[in-house]
This record gives sequence, C-alpha cells and structure tokens, in this order.
Amino acid sequence: MAFIQAENISFAYGQKTVLEDVSFSIEPGRMTALIGPNGSGKTTLLKTINGTLCPRAGRMRIDGRETTRWSRRDIARKVAIVPQDGSLIFPFYAEEIVLMGRFPHLDAYRFEEKQDYRIVREAMEKTDTLSLAARRFNELSAGERQRVLIARALAQEPEVLLLDESTVFLDLKHQAQFLTLLKNLNAERKLTVIFVTHDVNLAAKNAERIILLASGKIYAIGTPAEVITAENIERVYEVDVGVDRDPRDGSPRVTLLTI
Amino acid sequence: MSLGLLALGILSLSLGSVPIDPDRIFRFFAGGGTGSALSSEERLILFSVRLPRIVFAGVVGATLALGGAVFQAILRNPLADPYILGISGGSALGAIVGIVIGAGSFYLGIPLLAFAGALVTVFLVFFIAGGARSRLPDNALLLSGVVVNAFFSAAILFFLSVVNSMELHSITFWLMGDLSRASAGEIFVAALCLTGGFILLYARARQLNLMVQGEDTAAHLGVNVPRTKKWLLGVTSLMISVAVSLSGIIGFVGIMVPHLMRLAFGSDHRLLLPVSGLFGAAFLIAADTLARTALAPAELPVGVITALCGAPYFIFLLKRKTF
Repeated sequence: MAFIQAENISFAYGQKTVLEDVSFSIEPGRMTALIGPNGSGKTTLLKTINGTLCPRAGRMRIDGRETTRWSRRDIARKVAIVPQDGSLIFPFYAEEIVLMGRFPHLDAYRFEEKQDYRIVREAMEKTDTLSLAARRFNELSAGERQRVLIARALAQEPEVLLLDESTVFLDLKHQAQFLTLLKNLNAERKLTVIFVTHDVNLAAKNAERIILLASGKIYAIGTPAEVITAENIERVYEVDVGVDRDPRDGSPRVTLLTI
Repeated sequence: MSLGLLALGILSLSLGSVPIDPDRIFRFFAGGGTGSALSSEERLILFSVRLPRIVFAGVVGATLALGGAVFQAILRNPLADPYILGISGGSALGAIVGIVIGAGSFYLGIPLLAFAGALVTVFLVFFIAGGARSRLPDNALLLSGVVVNAFFSAAILFFLSVVNSMELHSITFWLMGDLSRASAGEIFVAALCLTGGFILLYARARQLNLMVQGEDTAAHLGVNVPRTKKWLLGVTSLMISVAVSLSGIIGFVGIMVPHLMRLAFGSDHRLLLPVSGLFGAAFLIAADTLARTALAPAELPVGVITALCGAPYFIFLLKRKTF
C-alpha cells in the first residue's frame, strides 16, 4: 500500500507555477531521492508532503489521509523535515534546539520528562552532536548546525523523514556516518526517507527510487538504473555527462564532461 | 527573584519625601498589620500613596517586559518593543484628544479614550499589514506599525502646538509616563489583565521558542503558525493597551528587560517570560522610586529614569557579552 501518495499536485507562488500535475506514490520504509536542477520545485514538493504548503490542486495523502486534514501537531509526529539551514536571532543552545523536536509530543504547561531527554540524548549520540550540546547554535559551523537539525528531526521520532540538501555542509566522515544512520533507521524502524540532493551520484548509490523533477514536473521516476541515464541527465541539467556502472555495486555513476 | 522583588517593594515603601524606616515597615507587616510600629500618618502615606503606586509600577513594568519579550519573539526582531505595533501612538492620541476635549473630568475618561486609541491602531496596523491574505508577514507588520506611529506622532505634534499651557502640561506628563494617577480600581484592572495575559501567554511559551526559529520551522515542528501568531499578538496588544492607557508611555522597559533576561537566563520562553515579568516589575519600581525621591519633593517623569539608567547599562552589557 502506498504510504505517501501525491495525486496531480500543482502549486504556485503567486503567478509563478512551481509544481505542475505531480503524481507519485511511495511505499513505507523506502529511501527515495528527489533530484532536479535549481528551481525545479524540489523543496516546494517536500513542503507539500508535510503539509506546510497546501497544493493549489490535487491531493497529498500520508497513510491514506489528506495532509490538509491533519493538524500541524499530528503531522509533526509523523513527518519530520530537516531544512537547508537554520539561523537564529536569539541565542539557543544546541541541546535546546534538539529538545524542540519533542514539541509535538508534549502538552502545554509541561516540561520535558526523563523519557524526552533520553530520546534527545540518543538522537544527539547518533548524529555525533553530544559534544555540541552546551554550545550556542549560532556559533556552530554550517555542518555542525546541520547535524543538530538532523538530531532535532530524529527527536521527533517520525515515520517519515524529509531531508533538504542535508549532506551539503557535512564533511566526508559525517556524510558517511549520516548515510549509514539513515540506512540503519530505514532498516530497523522502517523509516521512510525522502531526500533532496544535487549530488546525482549520492542519489544513485543510496536511494531505492529516484524522482527526477524538471521545471515543476516529474521527468522520470524509478530505480536509479532507470532514472540516471546519460540522456535524462543531459536533457534535464543541460550538461554533457558520461554514465557508467560503479564496478563495486553496479549503480549508475555520472561523470561531468567539461571541455 | 520574587524575594528580591518583595524586598525592593519594602525598601521603596520606605523611601519618599517622608522617609520611614524599612525595619519598622517590615515589623508592621510581620505583626499582621495591627502593630503600633507605624503612626497613623505614616500608615496613610504608605497605604494610600506609596503602596498603590508601587503595585502599579510593578504591574506596568511586568506587562511591558512581558509584552516586549513576546513581540520580539513573534516578529523575530530584537528591536521590537511593546509599542511597535502603534500602541504608543494610538493611545497617546486618544489620551490627548481626551485631555483637549476635557474628558478628564469624567471617571475613566482619559484612560478609556487612550485604550480605544490603542485598540483602533492595532486593528489598523493588522489591517494594513494583512491586506487580503491573513498571514501577517512580519516585515509588513513592523513597517505598518512604524508608519502608523509616525502618522500619529505628527498628529500629536499638531495638538501640542495648538493647546493651551495647562493642557500642554498634562499632555507632556502623559507622554512621559506617569504612575501616580491610577486609582485602586484601575490598578486592579491592569493587574487582572497582566495575570490573565501571563497565563494565556505562558501556555504558548513553547510555541514561542519554535517561532523565533522561523515560521517554517515552527510549522514543521507542529505549530499552527497563523493561528498562534494572531492569538499571541492579540492577547499581548490587549494587555499592553490597558497598561499604557493607565500609565502613559514608559519607554525602555519593554525592549531592554527581555534582552537582559536573555543574556542571563537564555532564550527558553518558559523561563524567559516569568523572569522578564518579575524583573520588569522590579526595574520599574526601582526607577519610579528614584523618580520620586531623586529631586524630592519634586518628581521626575519615570520614563526619564528608565532611559537614563537603562541605556548606559544596556550598552555596557552589549559590549561585555555578545549575542
């Protein structure tokens, strides 16, 4: 059964159409990559999945229920999103930021309990951010901030994790750690993951399915081998590429050909 | 902190053009208010002059500090103060119109007009910022607040230039903030609004924590942003309008206290809101005590003291500790 189902989603910011007639379905526990050039509507699509943007036409369903019918709180217990970057005007400690992930699980007038702190601790361990706990969020590097935001999303204990370019600022070690973490969560907790990325090879290696967006429409959808072809990439990104197979796992590998 | 506020209250009671030993005041209260530690004349000064004024200063200070903390969070702007949505301009204009048409001779005449002015202005600002859509973008709110305030300042200046000297004096006093004129009933109303406002705002303290990180983030983490925002702005504006219409415009408390408290206690609004309230109360009581004792028996406007003490201290803190 489809867990996330988009039916003919269209969206526009004012006059500018960003998504047009987008349909797809994602089964639970899948790793899906969302790729496409700048301005192709990737982030907008993520936001319609968690219901913060309401599609102008079409329906987005999670677990059979339309996202517009969920309360923000209910949806935040199911779907977590890691935004591209967060900046703050007022100082918060990294640990406080992660604790905020518990918000949808807590009632008003109540402080976090032991269990919440345990969940937060675990999330911070997994993202290698425990050592940052007592530091101010604004004083962290972009990569460290990213990891704190990932920890916050994990503290939400979601069933669906949406990632918007979450690996861009991460160094190689933390990239590897993060991808392993995702795969573990995916295997153990059946976490459904949808990640936006510009790194086509990263998508090809780590996703089970890839959605390729081009100016607000789905250009191709399928397994990495089906979507990552020289023809598709050249058409959508308007560059010359060579595509071969990675000898280690047979996944498609894209090389940018420049003169 | 509450104890500090209490001690400050007693100290402030003792100071004035007729000094009364704080120790005797304490013994009077400790004796259940029946002892003979105070003369009847002293009791009169304490209970009908100083005590109401101190309570009122505390209530107004807490309201302004709380309001400042909430506005700064919702608008994500460290420069926001409780008056930023035009409340100062609107209430001032209401009060001035009241003074000019002689509404002061009616019970609650001027406060009611000031309150009406504040409310009308807030609605006007919301209306200008909201336009057809009701999402209330922050910058639009800020800008329309500034524009409306500027327009009202012009109107105020116009009145100032045409009124007679008697009216001019009471207008000036109102504009600089005056904690001496509120009656017991008015103080009670302001205290009630503060209590109610605090309870309602505190219930949304965690939402405020999320909102300062951006409305998108708040929405992602489960906050119904448009509704929460309107609600918070509404409650806060109401609370501040009541306080301002009774006290006049007292600057600096609302913008400075939340910042000081953030430096000392961090940005978690579950802590920030109560400590801002307490410290705001203490600060304004202290400032008002100074205002009525510094040049006794003459009185300074309390707004002069808040700005004179507040600004340098604030600069000192900014220099010492970075945000």
